[in-house]
Amino acid sequence: MKALNQAQVCFSSNSVNESFGRAAVAAFLSQLDPTVADLTDMKTAVSEAVTNAIVHGYKDRMGTVYITIKIFENGKAVVRVRDKGCGIPDIEQAMEPLFTTGGEERAGLGFAVMQSFCDSVRVTSAVGRGTSVTLTKHFGRKE
Amino acid sequence: MNVQLSYKEGVLTAKLFGEIDHHSAKEMRETIDDTAQKLKPYCLRLDFTGVPFMDSSGIGLILGRVRMCGFWRGHVVLCGLSQNLNKMVELSGIAGVAAIERRAG
Ligand SMILES: Nc1ncnc2c1ncn2[C@@H]1O[C@H](COP(=O)(O)OP(=O)(O)OP(=O)(O)O)[C@@H](O)[C@H]1O
Ligand SMILES: [Mg+2]
Repeated sequence: MKALNQAQVCFSSNSVNESFGRAAVAAFLSQLDPTVADLTDMKTAVSEAVTNAIVHGYKDRMGTVYITIKIFENGKAVVRVRDKGCGIPDIEQAMEPLFTTGGEERAGLGFAVMQSFCDSVRVTSAVGRGTSVTLTKHFGRKE
Repeated sequence: MNVQLSYKEGVLTAKLFGEIDHHSAKEMRETIDDTAQKLKPYCLRLDFTGVPFMDSSGIGLILGRVRMCGFWRGHVVLCGLSQNLNKMVELSGIAGVAAIERRAG
């Protein structure tokens, strides 16, 4: 299927850019005239994926986070968040709720949040090459 | 400042302001812990009235404070949760370790 509209954003893996990443996605998706609740859900899911890229993917170094946003027919939006960081050795284990390699201050809930706030979450990853997280959500229009 | 602290009769209240993510949570955590570790309150109230957005870093922030207060047998109370923050709190099952204050009405 061909996208009706698309945008790309990339930025350095500085944690201060987490808010920029999710705000950029929300700004682009606002053309779908979404409900505040739907937009907040997507913003939250994007925040999780971007934070993971910064905190885990680029754990020991700076890198670039890439976001692609595509809009399809019937209010379908696909957001892909990608890093060229360390990769995930076992994706299934990583996606289990409460699993974390992040230590005391992380809850291990990022993937669970993405799954519950989006229609689908797809993860591909290669150790030493990076990780790509694809979030899909249908946006119903406001009244 | 994204945290405003006040202390009265063993209760330390931290009013949080702004979006909570991994970046902003760090500063909030440092501000809260600094004072909490000195005062060792029996109750730490986290007030989310001024927080329009939070991701799972907010849950990490809460869990970390529950753990810390546990060292001196204190507990954590959450208040001022908006609907969208509540969604995150419910998903996390955090209600099992921190009390949630609902405002009347
Ligand atoms: N982009 C990534 N690169 C490398 N590892 C990742 C990436 N994303 C996730 N992971 C791994 O998957 C684990 C689970 O991620 P998830 O987001 O569910 O929890 P968390 O980030 O550890 O905690 P939280 O999101 O609650 O703060 C991480 O601890 C990390 O080991
Ligand atoms: Mg995470």
